[in-house]
Amino acid sequence: MRSFAFHRPTTLYEMSALLGGVADSMPLAGGMTLLPTIKQRLAAPAALIDLSNIPQLHGISAQADVLTVGAMTRHVDVAESELVRSKIPLLASLAAGIGDPAVRNRGTIGGSVANNDPSADYPAAVLALDATVVTDRREIAAVAFFRGLFETALEPGEIITAVRFPVPSAGGYAKFKSPASRYAVVGVCVAKKAGKVRVAVTGAGPGVFRVAVMEAALERTFTPDAIAAIKLGAENLSSDIHADAEYRAHLVTVMAKAAVKSALQTS
Amino acid sequence: MSNVIGIGAAPRRKEDFRFLTGRGNYVADIKRVDMTFGVFIRSQHSHAVIRGIDKAPALALPGIQAVLTGDDVAADGLGSLPCGWGIHGSDGLPMKEPPFPMLAQGKVRFVGDMVAFVIADTLELARAAAEAVVIDYEVLPSVVGVLEAVRPGAPQLFDDVPNNLCCDWELGDKVAVATAFKKAAHVARLSLVNNRLIGNPMEPRAAVAEYNGGTGHYTLWTTSQFPHVVRFLMSALVLKIPEQKMRVVAPDVGGGFGVKQFHYGEEAVITWAAKRVGRPIKWVADRSEGFISDRHGRDHVTEAELALDQNGKFLALKVVTLANMGGYLSTFGPNIPTNLYGPLLSGVYTTPAIYCNVKVIFTNTVPVDAYRGAGRPEATFVVERLVDVAAKEMGIDRVELRRRNIIAKESYPYQTPVLVEYDSGDPMGCLEGALAEADVAGFAQRKAASERDGKFRGLGYSTYVEACGLAPSRFAGRLGARGGLYESATVRVHPTGQVTVLIGTHNHGQGHETTFAQIVSEKLGVAFDNVDIVFGDTDRVQFGMGTYGSRSLVVGGAALSKASDKVVLKGKKIAAHLLEASEHDIQFEAGVFSVAGTDRSKTFQEIAGAAYVPHDYPLEILEPGLEEQAYYDPVNFTYPGGCHIAEVEIDPETGIVTLEKYTAVDDVGTVINPMIVEGQLHGGIVQGVGQALYENAVYDDVSGQLLSGSFMDYTMPRADHLPNMTIKTHSTLCTHTPMGVKGCGEVGTIGSPAAVINSVVDALSHLGVLHVDMPATPNRIWRVIQDATMPRAAE
Repeated sequence: MRSFAFHRPTTLYEMSALLGGVADSMPLAGGMTLLPTIKQRLAAPAALIDLSNIPQLHGISAQADVLTVGAMTRHVDVAESELVRSKIPLLASLAAGIGDPAVRNRGTIGGSVANNDPSADYPAAVLALDATVVTDRREIAAVAFFRGLFETALEPGEIITAVRFPVPSAGGYAKFKSPASRYAVVGVCVAKKAGKVRVAVTGAGPGVFRVAVMEAALERTFTPDAIAAIKLGAENLSSDIHADAEYRAHLVTVMAKAAVKSALQTS
Repeated sequence: MSNVIGIGAAPRRKEDFRFLTGRGNYVADIKRVDMTFGVFIRSQHSHAVIRGIDKAPALALPGIQAVLTGDDVAADGLGSLPCGWGIHGSDGLPMKEPPFPMLAQGKVRFVGDMVAFVIADTLELARAAAEAVVIDYEVLPSVVGVLEAVRPGAPQLFDDVPNNLCCDWELGDKVAVATAFKKAAHVARLSLVNNRLIGNPMEPRAAVAEYNGGTGHYTLWTTSQFPHVVRFLMSALVLKIPEQKMRVVAPDVGGGFGVKQFHYGEEAVITWAAKRVGRPIKWVADRSEGFISDRHGRDHVTEAELALDQNGKFLALKVVTLANMGGYLSTFGPNIPTNLYGPLLSGVYTTPAIYCNVKVIFTNTVPVDAYRGAGRPEATFVVERLVDVAAKEMGIDRVELRRRNIIAKESYPYQTPVLVEYDSGDPMGCLEGALAEADVAGFAQRKAASERDGKFRGLGYSTYVEACGLAPSRFAGRLGARGGLYESATVRVHPTGQVTVLIGTHNHGQGHETTFAQIVSEKLGVAFDNVDIVFGDTDRVQFGMGTYGSRSLVVGGAALSKASDKVVLKGKKIAAHLLEASEHDIQFEAGVFSVAGTDRSKTFQEIAGAAYVPHDYPLEILEPGLEEQAYYDPVNFTYPGGCHIAEVEIDPETGIVTLEKYTAVDDVGTVINPMIVEGQLHGGIVQGVGQALYENAVYDDVSGQLLSGSFMDYTMPRADHLPNMTIKTHSTLCTHTPMGVKGCGEVGTIGSPAAVINSVVDALSHLGVLHVDMPATPNRIWRVIQDATMPRAAE
């Protein structure tokens, strides 16, 4: 690790000024990806702008049928929040299954969504629940936010402040986790609201994606059986030493069924 | 005397207090005055010619002390890393033994091969300087798998090693085997892969080296399982410095599993560099560096055939294996897939004829050497898998087939057709014990319950034996060992009667400080708390071959037992003088010397005092002091073994294998500390389960890059992968070790992979599956089920 300057702003204004004014600076959320990258000397920012002391970025709140989670809210806080559990139980169980306890005690929702790792859990929920990503500049709909492998709609220096989740009538998340990293080999989030269903898949491809044919089937009948016969093609899916593309394609159906089953049990 | 804690007791481990309270002293904890920091530059290419190295940009940086390369090594006339075993091929010729330079000379042969050592005032400066060194490589095609490495036209690692073949080794009676196969009623055949593993001890390797210009003495602190061997190899063969001027210290070491029982280039380079730089140097590997430089284990491709008569009696076994050595010969490398593999193919069975051929092959991968079990898990896996295949094909129950072939208890000592003679054992007793402990009778009910949930359930057996307690030197010498394999211990009784033991084995997690203290406490009748065990320092301990091959208790403990007996013998002489009796009338029991049939006695403490204050002492015939040393060279290997039973459930939809139950009943001979034995079994089994279900070192076929180079991709077994286990002993006593001990360090790892895979195959047997390679990952199992259930498209 090379030496770097460390700033810990307490307001969004101060944060923006630092990000705009300090050359070669990077924002630090939970640091679960950035810090290992710096340690391995794959990144060498001149300064880190730590976001942990900005009150507006923390906390979980609910208004009517919307749950808002501050960007710096840690996975453990989402997992243990009574509010999240009562409003969107799938989100609490998703957070409880991220990485290991050390990761959950440091990692944040904002960091995960901004990083858009193709195997991360949160992007599936953000997309399936049709959430809105709120930044210090604007609001971005989930469908417009994720743009493939580690790519998002965020502009340089733009910081996520919160994620707003509409409360679904039913929803579930099922994940086939890597026994090594505990990342999603395939994770599927299914959410239903006002007769519309969204199915979002993480881990299987270069970025989170929706499965329209499953959504249509579930809108007709919201049961695991409704999608049991739907098989994805393996063409655009990832292949690595843990899971080949054909297996991942199969797991999408298996996990989608499990997600629907979970949705039916918790709704 | 009170507070004796002897053989069979289970006191808490002495060493754990310092470990659990953060007061251990590991190599990375060591700080020396004016210490510098070193970083190794490792090859990023699996096979390349080094066209040039430009040190200048690094040497221009602040705080830089030196950049050392293979040219500097050559200029100083240093030796290469020695191989401790020289085996011979079936043609009678010695193995091909190309030099393994401590820093690459002209060529790199695996990703991680060391190219240069950079030393600077701080670790950060050393890392920055390492990045500044410019290395010009001419990348060559590489080969990582053994099947590919022996193909015509494969990339050649060494000009003088045709076909990358280090040695074509054989064992057994080829003609007798061929004859038996002709008479066979059935032949079971199996092709299998024994997956490559990476040991990953919790503490990464590290070293600190210092040179004293005033005395010419070097000190190396290193994460080693055998500091005396490192001193000998490094001083005599690599650096060519006087052995008495070299001190090697292996302080607290955080796990070894074999990974730390080799003489590594890093040790030689840092010691040499410490003199050149004139300041102490520290190097600590990071985890990524460990993955590409710690010696790997296993990596076999095998074809095996078992001939049986119509009743299922084994007639003959034939095994042909290609064993991956990696890019160079490591310290024990060629010994592992040959001498530690072939002789174990007899298993616990009466197979009369065995033939084994092993082709030892170089590839562009990390050198392969001993990893917990070392050769014996591979042999056990071949035999125990093949027994199951034969049982299935012949329609004989797996347990019944084992019963028909197991060596009966009364047949011991039993001479196998592959060199070794088992001195003792009761494999049938272990099998029967395990059947009861595992509730095999209730399996059908559990299987039915799984089926109701849409799951497959399987049961797997492994009745196995291993050869450990390495090793009888004369026997090992005939097989190619270039060193002895005895052990030494000194029992130093202080004037107070308290005891320091100096022993040549090394404790890096096994609980030696506790087990050895129990032996002394029992033998001398001194309090357990009054015995300290010293190890790991060539300036304190006389000599030692170190810890590996389940040898510490078997060989080291035997030396300790012998030395303790010598102390008692001398004590008797002193007591005879003090008690005015004949030496032959002196009895020693529970720490008291007494004259038989009288109430006259002296305590051990009084005798120790008299030995060091010899006012009333037989100085004419006896030297003062009470310190005895013993070297012990075993007369045979020991043969622990047992029966392991695994029970798994498979989710056919995902392919996930869940280990539901695990039962081990093992014969480890005399148990000194049952808690420690259970811990050793537990850890060993977990490592075997890791190989069977999770761990796999995977190289990219084209680039030769290690794809499983971090814990993100290399799956270590974790607590949530494992059930509670039932671990019991069913021991027979070893007939030739002083205390009847057999050793237990490796048994868990040796018995378990076969038990787990046999249970996986059993769960899938209704689909006609006869074999599954390790690790049985979800993807692999799902694929096996797909292939077994879906009609294949016409090709």
